[in-house]
Amino acid sequence: MKLFSYLSLGLMVVVLFATAGGLPVLFDKNSPAAVNVSPRYIEESHRETGSPNFVTAVLADYRGYDTLGETTVIFTAGVAAVLLLRTGRKNGDDSGVDGE
Amino acid sequence: MNRRFGSVVLDTAFRYLVPFILVYAVYVLIHGEDSPGGGFQAGALFGIAIVLEHLVHGDKAFLKIPGTWAVAVAGGGALFYGLIGLFCILSGGNMLQYGMLPLMQDVVERHVLGILGIEIGVTICVMATIVAIFNALTGREDLL
Repeated sequence: MKLFSYLSLGLMVVVLFATAGGLPVLFDKNSPAAVNVSPRYIEESHRETGSPNFVTAVLADYRGYDTLGETTVIFTAGVAAVLLLRTGRKNGDDSGVDGE
Repeated sequence: MNRRFGSVVLDTAFRYLVPFILVYAVYVLIHGEDSPGGGFQAGALFGIAIVLEHLVHGDKAFLKIPGTWAVAVAGGGALFYGLIGLFCILSGGNMLQYGMLPLMQDVVERHVLGILGIEIGVTICVMATIVAIFNALTGREDLL
């Protein structure tokens, strides 16, 4: 099992290093992200959404569904944290916690 | 949590800081459409204001979301966000197409109100999540 872990780790390293050369150079003006999406947001977001701010236009209009997901993630993380903390207190001894 | 949180200096400083944090949180929330800021940041500020109020005043705190209500309020914030998206669908638009909200005549006003609505939902969710984790850490969730 340990051998399998090391093998898969090595395979992952090989794949990552092999594909890293295909990534666009940082701050490259001709990279796909800078050619397709960014000019659309910069030029058209005010006309399309009416927001005075690109960030708001992207956050609430273009990717409003994504922001709903982020909110749900925060809620889920909070519920999980509360459940974990509460379970730990109930199973442990109460006297040590309340003693302060 | 009935005893003092810090020294006299810390308690007094936090007591004076909390109203300013609240005002700043409201500013960040309302002004979030034009400037950096928005629901997540405002929620963190509201949450830290409530936590500081708890720490300084203990059980006599003015701002408090007691016990398990905090988790319910957090869910309510996320639900509010989702309901705004659903209202947009019910009034004939796409999901979260704020211009279709059945509120006012002007499309721009409806859009701004829709964005403010979802930011308020995010703020409530983040604030109540922080308070819920704080309540669970300090063992206050039994005080319903």
